[in-house]
Amino acid sequence: MSDVRARPHAIGSPMDRIDGAQKVTGTATYAYEWPVEHAVHLYPLQSTIAAGRITSVDTAEAEAEPGVLTVLTHLNAPSLTRPDDPELAVLQTDEVAWRGQFTGAVVAETLEAARAAAGLVRFGYAPREHDVVLRADRDDLRKPEHAAQFGSAPGDLQDGSPADSLLGDADAALDSAPVRLDATYTTPMYHNNPMEPHTAVVSWDDGALTVYCSTQGSSFSQMLIAGVLGLPPDRVRVISPHVGGGFGSKVYPHSYAVLAAMAARTVRRPVKFALTRQQMFALVGYRPASIQRIRLAADGDGRLTAIAHEVAEQTAKAKGYADQVAVCTRLMYTAPHRRTTHRLAPLDIPVPTIMRAPGEGQGMFALESAMDEMALACGMDPVEFRIRNEPEVHPESGLPFSSRHLVACLREGARRAGWERRDPAPRARRDGRWLLGSGVAASTYPSPRLPGSSATIRVTPDGHHRVLIAAADLGTGTWTTLTQIAADALGVPVEQVEVRIGDTALPPASVAGFSSGISSWGSSICAAAERLRQVLESDHGGTVPAQGLEVTADMPANPDEDRYAMHSFGAQFAEVRVDRDTGEVRVARLLGMFDVGRVINPKTVRSQLMGGMTQGMSMALYEHSVLDPRFGHVVNHDFGQYHIAANADVHAVEAHWVHERDPHTNAMGSKGAGEVGIVGTAAAIANAVYHATGVRVRDLPITLDKLLP
Amino acid sequence: MDVEITLRVDGTEHRLTVDTRTTLLDALRDRLGNTSPKKGCDHGQCGACTLLIDGRRALGCLALAVAHQGADIVTAAGLADGDGGGLHPLQRSFIAHDAFQCGYCTPGQIVSACGMLAEAEAGWPSAVSKDPGATDVVLDDEEIAERMSGNLCRCAAYANIVPAIAEVAHR
Repeated sequence: MSDVRARPHAIGSPMDRIDGAQKVTGTATYAYEWPVEHAVHLYPLQSTIAAGRITSVDTAEAEAEPGVLTVLTHLNAPSLTRPDDPELAVLQTDEVAWRGQFTGAVVAETLEAARAAAGLVRFGYAPREHDVVLRADRDDLRKPEHAAQFGSAPGDLQDGSPADSLLGDADAALDSAPVRLDATYTTPMYHNNPMEPHTAVVSWDDGALTVYCSTQGSSFSQMLIAGVLGLPPDRVRVISPHVGGGFGSKVYPHSYAVLAAMAARTVRRPVKFALTRQQMFALVGYRPASIQRIRLAADGDGRLTAIAHEVAEQTAKAKGYADQVAVCTRLMYTAPHRRTTHRLAPLDIPVPTIMRAPGEGQGMFALESAMDEMALACGMDPVEFRIRNEPEVHPESGLPFSSRHLVACLREGARRAGWERRDPAPRARRDGRWLLGSGVAASTYPSPRLPGSSATIRVTPDGHHRVLIAAADLGTGTWTTLTQIAADALGVPVEQVEVRIGDTALPPASVAGFSSGISSWGSSICAAAERLRQVLESDHGGTVPAQGLEVTADMPANPDEDRYAMHSFGAQFAEVRVDRDTGEVRVARLLGMFDVGRVINPKTVRSQLMGGMTQGMSMALYEHSVLDPRFGHVVNHDFGQYHIAANADVHAVEAHWVHERDPHTNAMGSKGAGEVGIVGTAAAIANAVYHATGVRVRDLPITLDKLLP
Repeated sequence: MDVEITLRVDGTEHRLTVDTRTTLLDALRDRLGNTSPKKGCDHGQCGACTLLIDGRRALGCLALAVAHQGADIVTAAGLADGDGGGLHPLQRSFIAHDAFQCGYCTPGQIVSACGMLAEAEAGWPSAVSKDPGATDVVLDDEEIAERMSGNLCRCAAYANIVPAIAEVAHR
């Protein structure tokens, strides 16, 4: 692959965020904040049963409230085109598929009026018995099929992988091995909870729709929204230059934007709709709960002979979403006999979605906890045990890795963490009433590119380059990192580059998901820069014409994508203190050593990795969406009850990386960095808690009741 | 019911009519077009809407606009030195330390930090203060983290927020 030209390199420089001043003053414009003339407000209505049918609707009292313009329900809502994604078909039937589903909307002149009137709408229901509990022994678990695009695309799981894999004879190897482990790990429902609630501000103008939307991909949103409204995509413009976090929940869930568009069409006024925090727990996805059985077999030298990872996970009857929970196990360690399976329990619950490292987040908690248990069973140090089982090629596909520096991460991380001073005996160190322990776990996440990006570059004779691509910045630093990539690709200082993103009026871009953004968008920008150079030389003798010059290029093909397995890696080390009397766990130090290829911006990538690790700590210790089996809703549906890590929960967090570029992934040599940071953290903490206390917690989160005798 | 009130926001006086149900946060964002304070939860649980009201930090989503007739309100937009000029030292420090990612909680974090520094200067103790009777508060990392824990950050920039504030506090 060609290198990105540039001297001096903007790539690799710890540039401050270009949008920093806007963000620290609060003047960066998020979806709700666009000034729209004569806008009205929408407040949604939600089902109060988990399964059944709406039998009656009484909107009279609400419609009589001052300021109310309309009340939409399934009885009067506009018809939608049947979408590929069933979650988007709002208000089309009287069927209720989960508690909290949209059943209607009140549109009023003010938010206060809409909200007050929403409380006056009465629905009658014919409920049927609901089924919301995930158990591994259910007799109706089914193999996921085509979950990637919900029935329309190949691949069984969300990432396009097959549901099952089988090599050799895992059962026979597990029966005969001298060292064996058979353990079950569980992870609960987790909610993404970006700080900016999901929002759509929509207006119709001459049959065309403008949507200011909090989305991880304006081009993808445009496709989804246009599809369900039966419009050609070029009649829908999605604008989203700043996004207040997403963590996966702003890729697929767009039912709120569809609802707002229907309302705006009905009242012929622009409509503003921001979900409340409570509503987000039923309407914009979550990480589905999992039950994972892991079996490992090893010989007397600590070499794995068999690995089996069997997953049961929850999904919604309304949409067959399936996380790739055991796919990480297919690539982490070598062993001749292996099996992974995924099975779904379709329930009367809200629709799950992508949440930062979907699948790997849950799966690596289980696998890396099991690896710790197995290291102890083999009498080996957990770092050395992993290194002994490091594969030379992808253990199932046989493809070489484009780059894999996991061993270097384990060794260098261990050195920085002071691992060699560690006494392996559990419950052997104290500081007053605190029990002290340390643990390690590996991290991994794919480093793909997604199709669908193009970049345009416009240059003027004064050397100003405008770079256009509908990419997204969710806090990932895209405004800044794409500027750095473009500067190097064009061979100019960053001051001569102006990047525009987050608007479907720009050339299309793939979503900010799957840790693929920089790889996909950066490749497209490099291709456009190369094309600009060619056109300048061939048609203009190397001089920019007076009227300027514009070129556009699609993301180029990368034949190496079929020849190599492309993944980021890491090793995480946790030091914990556990109160001997109360079981309170504090994470004194988290240290991550990562292999994310060439780093575009060390300042922003450090933040992403540290943020991922801290979310991983939050997943390990605090977060747990509690689904009430009697009613089928998440009871703790706000920040008071669903605790995410707060400032005082966090102590030392360090992220480092090996300085290795990947020769195959893309023109920059980078790999994905957005998700690998959260992968493995929970296992490192659980392993450290075991080391501190002698108690093995296999069920997240690690709350104090699980540590008390 | 509608009531006419006066609010002084970032140094500018505004006369406006508000529904008595309108929160101060919604009055700023929807009525005055000042979207610097953010709505993250509308329940006083996240801190994204933190304002300085008459010099003390408070949550805009838990305040009714009608109850703040004549109040002096400062947002993160008003901390910057007018006319697009210089940023507040906390704002510069947040940028230098990359103490945010998505930026949605950031104006609230910065306003909260501003109020917090004034509280510490005035000798207010926190839950982790070793000597609650002491008049001099030493803002070590633990004190800063404790006093900033009303401001959630889902991107989890905490490990950068603490040094960003410490640098300004220790100047």
